[in-house]
Amino acid sequence: MIKTDIIIIGAGPTGLFTVFEAGLLKLKCHLIDALPQAGGQCSEIYPKKPIYDIPGFPEILAGDLTNNLLEQCKQFKPGFTLGERAEKISKEENGIFTVTTNKGTEHQAPVVAIAGGLGSFEPRKPILENISFYENNGVEYIIKDPEIYRNKKVVIAGGGDSALDWSIFLANINADVTLVHRRNEFRGALDSVEKVRELKNKNQIKIITPGQIIELKGEKKLESVVISKDKIDTEYEVDHFIPLFGLSPKLGPISNWGLEIEKNAIKVDTFDYQTNIKGIFAIGDVNTYPGKLKLILCGFHEATLMCQSAYKIINPGKKNIFRYTTVSGIDGFDGTRKEAKKPVVQTISN
Amino acid sequence: MSNINLFITDRDGETHEILAPTDMAMNLMEIIKSYELAPEGTIGICGGMAMCASCQCYIKSGHTLSDMEDDEEAMLSEAFNVKENSRLGCQIFITKELDGLSFELAPE
Repeated sequence: MIKTDIIIIGAGPTGLFTVFEAGLLKLKCHLIDALPQAGGQCSEIYPKKPIYDIPGFPEILAGDLTNNLLEQCKQFKPGFTLGERAEKISKEENGIFTVTTNKGTEHQAPVVAIAGGLGSFEPRKPILENISFYENNGVEYIIKDPEIYRNKKVVIAGGGDSALDWSIFLANINADVTLVHRRNEFRGALDSVEKVRELKNKNQIKIITPGQIIELKGEKKLESVVISKDKIDTEYEVDHFIPLFGLSPKLGPISNWGLEIEKNAIKVDTFDYQTNIKGIFAIGDVNTYPGKLKLILCGFHEATLMCQSAYKIINPGKKNIFRYTTVSGIDGFDGTRKEAKKPVVQTISN
Repeated sequence: MSNINLFITDRDGETHEILAPTDMAMNLMEIIKSYELAPEGTIGICGGMAMCASCQCYIKSGHTLSDMEDDEEAMLSEAFNVKENSRLGCQIFITKELDGLSFELAPE
């Protein structure tokens, strides 16, 4: 059981900045994210895209922004549960929430901040009859344990970075890899494309382009796939089929938590971005209120105000005064202290 | 006047005739969003970077459209439910030449 002050669901920019603002109020945070790394959309969808409307940064790459936010909140030692989706929530009589992930990891805190953006990222599934029958029975959308593919026949479908990177990785552990893509060109980092080409030339990867998987076969588990190329359908024996067609966000289980939902977003009170359930806040792209704009900078603002109310819930009756970091400095939970240098006072005698 | 008419068929099959400004540098995905013809969170997820295909449309009228750039072509090659007349709404900007354009939103 993980215990903290604020459980933050979503480790995107808003979630990460919440750690910082909470830290200034001496509140500890733990982040849960369905993706295996922090950064949310910024690192998953567009790490190399420049953002121009972060105050103080005329231009910053989304991936760099994530790294800066991680650096900024590091001193407050946040905990992370990554690669797991927040699934269930319950509230005890004493007001403490328990958030459980799809893998059964339990987290407890008096405050929950949902900073889930557009939702948790789920793999996009190709439209193939009976594909659900073979899920985890030969068809995997996410590679959790690469070792299971060693010396196995694997068909990977997709044309982006993950299809290329996993093809390389699995070929290197002696999987018999066939990479199928609907067009001849791949959209991935240049060196990945080069590496795949090299492996193809060494007969370590087979490439079928432009090709498409049109049928899955097998009685109890996946045994073969039918690949269509140039209007000719060929059946290939396989142990695994891994479709890598990117991820799409879904609000998912959060929509069943009893929160008021409007337009696929969680309704909040703009006083402190609290939801209809006391102690649960929603900040960033996941919330909605009159005049809402889905901007990172709005998420930062919402996180900051939210932490003030979170403090009052966590420390009832305890006084707190708002301070500028330029005045108070920052005391990290890791023992570090940052503060402005004091000016040297000297008298000039005449 | 800098408005044009567009005929947009939503995901429930209903066709809407709407007015779209040509002077706001808006694209088809944005006009769908502004008229709320698809629920929030089901369109324009990547914000218009040709990286998610949530704004895939089927172009029904014979208008001449801007050519596809590499990123749009690449995205459509990975998207589902793609047809000959598929385009990404976020990559088609509203100009006066598109007056009367008719298109349908692809399934989610």
